[in-house]
Amino acid sequence: MIAESDNLIIVPRRHFGRIIGAAVVCLALAAIVRAFAVGQIEWNYVAEFLTVQAIMTGLVNTIVMAILAMLLGIALGVVFAVMRLSANPVLSMTAVGYIWFFRAVPALLQLLLWFNLALVFPTIGIPGLFSFKTVEVMTPFVAALLGLGIQQGAFTAEVVRAGLLSVDNGQYEAAQTLGMTRLKLLRRIIMPQAMRVIVPPIGNEFIGMVKLTSLASVIQFAEILHSAQNIYYANSRVIELLIVAAIWYLVVVTVLSLIQGRIEAYYARGVAAPAQR
Amino acid sequence: MTDILTQTALSEVRTVDPDHLAGAPLVLAQKVEKQFGTLKVLKGIDLAIPKGEVLCIIGPSGSGKSTFLRCINQLERIDGGALWVSGERVGYHREGNKLYELDDAAIARQRRSIGMVFQRFNLFPHLTALQNIIEGPVQVLGEPAREATARALALLERVGLADKRDAYPSQLSGGQQQRVAIARSLAMRPELLLFDEPTSALDPELVSEVLKVMRDLAETGMTMICVTHELGFARDVGHRVAFMDQGQIVELGDPRSVLVDPKETRTKAFINAVRH
Ligand SMILES: Nc1ncnc2c1ncn2[C@@H]1O[C@H](COP(=O)(O)OP(=O)(O)OP(=O)(O)O)[C@@H](O)[C@H]1O
Ligand SMILES: [Mg+2]
Repeated sequence: MIAESDNLIIVPRRHFGRIIGAAVVCLALAAIVRAFAVGQIEWNYVAEFLTVQAIMTGLVNTIVMAILAMLLGIALGVVFAVMRLSANPVLSMTAVGYIWFFRAVPALLQLLLWFNLALVFPTIGIPGLFSFKTVEVMTPFVAALLGLGIQQGAFTAEVVRAGLLSVDNGQYEAAQTLGMTRLKLLRRIIMPQAMRVIVPPIGNEFIGMVKLTSLASVIQFAEILHSAQNIYYANSRVIELLIVAAIWYLVVVTVLSLIQGRIEAYYARGVAAPAQR
Repeated sequence: MTDILTQTALSEVRTVDPDHLAGAPLVLAQKVEKQFGTLKVLKGIDLAIPKGEVLCIIGPSGSGKSTFLRCINQLERIDGGALWVSGERVGYHREGNKLYELDDAAIARQRRSIGMVFQRFNLFPHLTALQNIIEGPVQVLGEPAREATARALALLERVGLADKRDAYPSQLSGGQQQRVAIARSLAMRPELLLFDEPTSALDPELVSEVLKVMRDLAETGMTMICVTHELGFARDVGHRVAFMDQGQIVELGDPRSVLVDPKETRTKAFINAVRH
């Protein structure tokens, strides 16, 4: 029996399912490409509007808003994550309440609430010191920043909390033993390790945020979708301008994904390092 | 020397007010109690450790050895009795007959002079060996990075790991990690070093390299409290050995009398069990 195997030929297994699957996918892709090529899209308009002034301004506004809202979200997220883990019940319950509320209410609705804050509070300020008319303060930019940043903070808080909990208790003890105060310990020892767990989901959320800024078009914030809409209201090239906006979102998100990879590699140091004993 | 200490140090210091005591022992414990919920883990520990002494603590699992060490550097808070390190009351500040709980910064300051070496090393995985060692001096003591680095390199040399300065903990063996951890503690220039079973997470062939570093350290006159299952080490290096059981120090004396010729039956039983 065993000797027989010497002069037997092995016939590789045929993956018929995979071959058929690949063929179907290729056909579908070809059909989609053809549809767009013969469809009612004037690609020269797409090229023409890709870099016009209004679109460029919109692109910059989108990027700036995404970055600022994300920074606000991360700052709030860290603060509320630490509060949530606090032994003080007032602090931790406040954090729970914040996360509950701002995660539950849709982002679009929150934007509208902030933008229309003047209906609730005609003026804002500290009584006797200063006060402003809410309508003047709550510009589309400010409303978008607050709406997007604060709701982002609620999501980020949960991500940061998971990151903090992922760090071994022995790390806290070793840092305490060195005589570190709580803040220094979080900043120097715990956070850098938590970042390994925090960065990938935050990268995702950042990409989500880039797209979420498009919601701000409803409150007249001049981000890229709003700019594209303004142009197509004038020239009726609806699809072409939507494609222009889509292209820019693809570009921004692609760049972000590349940066995310770099950051992840940075925080994985010491863990993913090559073993050489 | 050790005989005099065991017999007199305790009774002597107890007659004086330890808050105002010159030349007090480096560590003084009086009736220290600790409980987790309803479980009494320390039931009145009395102990005086003079500067330069190496005290080894042995005892069965769950007897409260780790808990006692953790109370000394305030990873746990004691529920009764009192502790002093370097003549300073641990965790409290006394004014008249009132004891004020220390705040975060003051507790951190008290911990600086106490080094601790853990069973599971607890090196910072995101920092290299060198960075692990200079983290405390630079961040806590405010030492200039260059100075701290020079000292760290000397310490790495001393624990025999000069060539591993840029290795991350994940690239080091257990024994090497533990030696870096010892160097990290030493970088803080501690007055007291606590060891909590520093070799029990190590493969047998790596134990001796860590014990050698500890032995060398003892010879420099460092005050050390070592919880250990290495009875040989306790006998050779310890100035005194304490046997703990069920939250109490059952027997305390020079290594020979405790390890070779114990008086208490519980000590005898433990040593026989470990030996065989
Ligand atoms: N944080 C805690 N919460 C509740 N119980 C605890 C806690 N830490 C320790 N204990 C209990 O206190 C007792 C003493 O624990 P400790 O770690 O001091 O023992 P040990 O002498 O160091 O034992 P071992 O040799 O196994 O390390 C054990 O019964 C343990 O279960
Ligand atoms: Mg223990």
